[in-house]
Amino acid sequence: MDVTQHNGADSYAGSKAKALHPGPDNDMRASNPSQPFDPRLVSIENYDFFYGTAQVLHNVTFEIPERNVTALIGPSGCGKSTLLRNLNRMNDLIDGVHHRGDIKIREQSIYHPHLEVIALRKRIGMVFQKSNPFPKTIYENVVYSLRVAGLKNKARLDEAVERSLSAAALWDEAKDRLHTSALGLSGGQQQRLCIARAIANQPEILLMDEPCSALDPIATSRIEDLILQLKKQFTIVIVTHNMQQAARIADRTAFFYLGRLIEYDATSKIFTSPANKQTEDYVTGRFG
Amino acid sequence: MSTTPLNNRRSRRPAGESFVWLAAMGLTIGLAMILGLLGLVVVKGVEPFWPKRVVEITLRAGSEHALQGSLTLGGEIVMQRVKTSHGVSQAGGNADAPREWQLFVGNKDAYGLSFRFVDATDIAAIRHPQDVVRFERIEYGPAIGIPVALETSRNGMISSTNAEFESALRQRIDDSNKRRRAIERIERTEIGTINREMKDLAIERAALERRGVERSEPGSRWEAIAAREAGLQKTYAALAARARELRDQHDDDILVYRLLTGAEMRMPVGGVIDFIYPNQVGNLERLQVFFRNIWVLLSDEPREANTDGGIFPAIFGTFLMTLLMSIAVTPFGVLAAIYLREYATQGPLVRAVRIAINNLAGVPSIVFGVFGLGFFVYFLGGTIDSLLFPDHPSAVFGTGGILWASLTLALMTAPVVIVATEEALASVTRGAREGSLACGASKWQTIQRIVLPAAAPGILTGLILAMARGAGEVAPLMLVGVVKLQRDLPFSLDFPFVHLDQKFMHLGFHVYDLGFQSPDSDAAKPMVFATTLLLIGLVIVLNLMAIVIRERLRRRYATGAF
Repeated sequence: MDVTQHNGADSYAGSKAKALHPGPDNDMRASNPSQPFDPRLVSIENYDFFYGTAQVLHNVTFEIPERNVTALIGPSGCGKSTLLRNLNRMNDLIDGVHHRGDIKIREQSIYHPHLEVIALRKRIGMVFQKSNPFPKTIYENVVYSLRVAGLKNKARLDEAVERSLSAAALWDEAKDRLHTSALGLSGGQQQRLCIARAIANQPEILLMDEPCSALDPIATSRIEDLILQLKKQFTIVIVTHNMQQAARIADRTAFFYLGRLIEYDATSKIFTSPANKQTEDYVTGRFG
Repeated sequence: MSTTPLNNRRSRRPAGESFVWLAAMGLTIGLAMILGLLGLVVVKGVEPFWPKRVVEITLRAGSEHALQGSLTLGGEIVMQRVKTSHGVSQAGGNADAPREWQLFVGNKDAYGLSFRFVDATDIAAIRHPQDVVRFERIEYGPAIGIPVALETSRNGMISSTNAEFESALRQRIDDSNKRRRAIERIERTEIGTINREMKDLAIERAALERRGVERSEPGSRWEAIAAREAGLQKTYAALAARARELRDQHDDDILVYRLLTGAEMRMPVGGVIDFIYPNQVGNLERLQVFFRNIWVLLSDEPREANTDGGIFPAIFGTFLMTLLMSIAVTPFGVLAAIYLREYATQGPLVRAVRIAINNLAGVPSIVFGVFGLGFFVYFLGGTIDSLLFPDHPSAVFGTGGILWASLTLALMTAPVVIVATEEALASVTRGAREGSLACGASKWQTIQRIVLPAAAPGILTGLILAMARGAGEVAPLMLVGVVKLQRDLPFSLDFPFVHLDQKFMHLGFHVYDLGFQSPDSDAAKPMVFATTLLLIGLVIVLNLMAIVIRERLRRRYATGAF
C-alpha cells in the first residue's frame, strides 16, 4: 500500500522555514497515530556506499515501516552502523565517501540537491553508543535542538523539557535537578538524557546505534522498556549486537553480513525459521 | 626465605629509576634558579626603600677622600666591599683586606654627585647624629643635612631648637604639597583643556586655508574662530596668573640647613615633599616609611631623569598595552585556528600555512618591530593621517603609539594563540560534535555552542603564554611607540578617553633606560631592580587572572584534555 503524505509543507525541499519552528501545531508531525500508517516511511533502494575506494554496502534494498522498531543485526564490520548513520547523513562528515542508489524518506530522496542536511537532521533523532551529553545543564541538553532551531519561548521550552524527559522515563529523577550539570548523572541516566534530547524536537525517526552496549543489564532493560513505549510515537531503527535484545524489542529485523542485506523479515520469523542459512547460523550463535 | 634470583640486587631497583632522579634534580635546579632570581630581585629591589640611618664620618687628616675640602662627611651606607688590585668583590674576602664603603651623600645640587666611596682605613671616627634629617625633594634628589631654622614670611624665624620646629615644618610641607597639586590641576587639567581646544582651532584654521575659504566671507568660521581664540586667551591668562601666584608662594618659606661637611644651604619649602629623622625613628615608624616609599614608587611620576620618584606611568603603560594586545590577538588567533582546523580542506596549502605560522613563532622580535614600523606606523598610520587628519601640524597615527605597539606584539604572539587553540579544538571529543550535529545544529552552531566552550580552557592557556611573551618584549616596542618619559597617560578623562595615538612608558624599556642610559647609574641601580620586580609582578598578576578564569571554565566544562 502506497500511502504517502504529500502536501507542500511536507516536501523536504521547501521545508526549511517550517523546520525552524517545531511544535505540536506544525503539521509535519506526521508521527501522529491518527494519520494513516505508512509501511514505506524509509525506503532504501539499491544502495551502495564507499569509504574512498572500499565498498562497505552492496546493493541494499529494504523498507522501514512507520512506528515500528526495526533492528539491524549482524557481526562486526557488516555495515549496519554505516547504514544507520547514512539515514541522517552523518557520514557526510567523513572525507572521501560516496554512494550509489538512494534513500528516501516519505518518497523524498535525502540526497536531493535542494535538501538542507540540517533540516533533515532536525527531523531525525540519533542516540549514540557512548552517551554524549553536552557539558551543560540537563535542561540545556534537552532543549539544545530547539534552541539551535531558533525557539526562544520559555514556556514552550519548559513544556518540551517535561514532555521529553517524561517520555524518556527520566522526569521523576531529573525534575529537581534540571539546572545542574548533566555530567553528574549515572551512565544509564545519561543515555536516557540523550534519548530525551533526541526526541525533544519531535522527530519522525529515532536512530539508535547500540544504545545499551555500554550499560549494565538493569539500565539496559529500562531502556528497552522505554523503546517499546517510544515506538508508539516514533519510528525506531536500532543497531544492536545483542540478538536477544533484537528478539525482545524489534518488530522487524534485518540481518547484514559483509555489507549485504542477507535477510529482512518479521523478528519472530528471523529467529525461529530464517529463510537463509547464514541467518540461521548467526542467530543460533554458530558465528559472529 | 632463600635468596632467589628475584631477590638479587640488580632487580631490586625498578628500571629507569636513575632517570626519575635525574628528572627530579633537573626540576629542582630549575626551581632553585627561579627562586634565586626572584630572591635577588626582591632583596636588591626592596631594600633601598627601607629607611636607613645616616652616619657622620670624620676622616683622618690628610685623607684624599675629603669632600669639598671637608674631612667630615655623612650619608647612608649603601655598600661595603673589598678593594682588590684587579677589581672589586663584594663582602667576604680577608678580614684585613682593604675595604671601601659607598655612601649615599645626597645633596646633588651642593656636591655635584650623590654617591661617594670612602676607604675604610681612612675613617677616624663614626657618629650617628640625632638631629640629621633626610628630605625628599622635587629636584636634585634627596637632601641630607641638619636643619638650622625655618624662615617664614609671616611668623618670623623658627629655630630648629624650638619644640615647635618639626610640626611647623611638617605643616608647611603639607601646605606646599597641596599647593603643588593645585598648580598641577590648573596646569595639567584646566590649561590642558584650553590648549587642546586651541590646537583644534588651529587645525580648523589650517583646514579653512587649505579649502580656500576667504577670510572676509560673511558668516565664515574665521570670525568665530578668532573670537573663540580671544576668549580662550583671556581664560588662559587668568589661569596662568593664578598658577604663577601659587608658584610664588612656594618661595615664601625658606628652610635653612647645614650639610654634614659644614656648608650652610637654603631651600624653599615648596621644593620639599617629605622629611624624616632617620636616626631617631623607631622600627614601627621605619616600617611605615618603608610602605610609604613603596606606595610612592607605585603611584607617583618619575623625577630626576627616572632615577627618583615613582614609575606609575610605566606600570600603567605596560598594563594597558598588554591588555590591548590580548584584545587584539584573541579573536584573530581563535578565528584563524577555527578556520584552519574546522573549515579549510586539509591539503598541502593548509599544511604550508601551518608551517608558516609555527615558524613565525621563532622570528626575532626586533624583526616584528621593523615590520610594525614599516607597515603599521608608516603605511597604515600615514594613510589614516592623510585621510582623517590632514591638517594636523604633526603626525597623529603616522608615528609610534600604543595602538601600533599593541598590534605589533599581537602579531608576534599570534602563533602561540593559534597553535594552542588548534590543539584545544582538536581535543574536543567527536561525540560532542556528532551529538550536536545529530540534533540538527549547523557547523557554526556546533562550534559556537559546544566546541568553543569546551576548548576555552586551552584557548586561555594560549592567551596566558601570549601575554607572558608579549609583556616582556622590549626590542620591538622601541621602534613603535615607547618613550623614556611621558607625563600623560594613554587613558584620561577627556574624549576619546583611550588615546591610542599617544606614546607610552613601559616597564621593560624602563629597565633598559635606567640600566644603560641613565646619567647617574648608582642612583638608578635600586630603581632597576625595583622595576624588574614590578615587571615580574605585573606578568604574574595578569597570568593569575587568566588562570583563575581558566579554572572556572574547566570546572564548568569538565570534558577536554586541557
